[in-house]
Amino acid sequence: MTLALHVPRDSAVHRLPAGVKLLALAVLAVVLFVLPTPLAAGAALAGVLVVGLLAARLPIAVLAGQARAVRWWLLGLLVVHALTTDVVTAVHVALRLLALVLAAAVVTATTRVSEMVAVVERLCAPLRLVGVRPARVGLVVTMALRFIPLLTDRADRIREAQAARGGPARGLRGLRTTVAPLLVQVLQMAHDVSEALDARGADDVPPPRRRRSPALETR
Amino acid sequence: MRLRRPGAAVPGPDVADPARGIELRGVGHRYGDRVVLADVQLTLTEARIGVVGANGSGKSTFARLLNGLVVPSEGRVLVDGLDTRTQVRAVRRRVGFVFQDPDAQIVHPTVAEDVAYGLENQGVPADERTERVAEVLARHGLAGHADHPAHLLSGGQKQLLAIAGVLVMRPARIVFDEPTTLLDLVNARRVGELIAGLAQQVVVVTHQLDLLDGFDRVLVVDRGRVVTDAAPGPAVAAYRRLMADR
Repeated sequence: MTLALHVPRDSAVHRLPAGVKLLALAVLAVVLFVLPTPLAAGAALAGVLVVGLLAARLPIAVLAGQARAVRWWLLGLLVVHALTTDVVTAVHVALRLLALVLAAAVVTATTRVSEMVAVVERLCAPLRLVGVRPARVGLVVTMALRFIPLLTDRADRIREAQAARGGPARGLRGLRTTVAPLLVQVLQMAHDVSEALDARGADDVPPPRRRRSPALETR
Repeated sequence: MRLRRPGAAVPGPDVADPARGIELRGVGHRYGDRVVLADVQLTLTEARIGVVGANGSGKSTFARLLNGLVVPSEGRVLVDGLDTRTQVRAVRRRVGFVFQDPDAQIVHPTVAEDVAYGLENQGVPADERTERVAEVLARHGLAGHADHPAHLLSGGQKQLLAIAGVLVMRPARIVFDEPTTLLDLVNARRVGELIAGLAQQVVVVTHQLDLLDGFDRVLVVDRGRVVTDAAPGPAVAAYRRLMADR
């Protein structure tokens, strides 16, 4: 699994502050819902493509990949709206969703994760008043982005191992037999990652004496 | 990104004496009722120190004691005279730690951002961070991968990234916990060469005995005790005899 991450380029879009890009994305979402016409959605989509492909000089594959990822949603929306309302509304809804997905992809591809996280931390700054640490919120966001592909990979490995021994690799049965071993691996990984965070200076308090259960400690 | 738990223990005075090396004074450790280390009395001042032992012998716990990831149930661990129990922050700045599985150590989605993580925790200014990250990535052949997603790197590249993330913090000592276990021969050799070329004091826990060539001292850990403490030749021979008797 590949998350749409930063695509380094020297462009004006890349140089824009992350906060500005996220604000623009939010404004675009509001505008698309305030101006409920297919023309507005089409214009927004064209604008997003111009910004992404020409101004930010992103490879077309980056945006095409994102469109591919939501193609079944788009198709479903198109069909449902065509059947329940009319074709114009169906096209409008699909165009609106596609424009927003691609706009989000442009923001993601032109912004480093660290810049994005810095914005999250700034937005969370007022939460200090109620004891929330913005840096910790930022770390959670960062680690979620880092570990989603890793967990997907681990789940694939478990499915492969089960399939190699004749187990169900797909379907509901496959999902059921994957969940328990994946959960065990996730817990073990969470423990290892917490040690790594400690080792890299994320927190400076001494660890408790009994950090792990005897079952986990076999080293 | 600086992280500090509210009410965190305030580190003791940072009065380090590098000549003292790492001292383990009457160290023991237990998980519940299970004793994993007992009566360890050592002073580690050599540049290259290896630790070998069977699975479950206590060697990884031993490694974790050296930078305060594990605080001993009994005794004290001192790094340059700093106690891992009360001055863990200062200790961790001096002792880097490389884990067996780099996937557990890499916490940021892209290569350069992950290398910068430890520096952010140390409060290093952004300009200096960028410079140091670029320098360490170039030195370890990762310059072309700076903006790549970490999860797309090969196993060898991930381990190099994990090591780069430690080296960029410029610790005086580095503990490696089975750094080559998950690597193929070529990457294991690369990591071995990298370790051999480091200026820092290095403690390596390993099952790969040829990694210990040229080391100054090797400890054999068995059932929670250091049973041999010698030069690599005699220590490895003792370890082989120990394993042959099982």
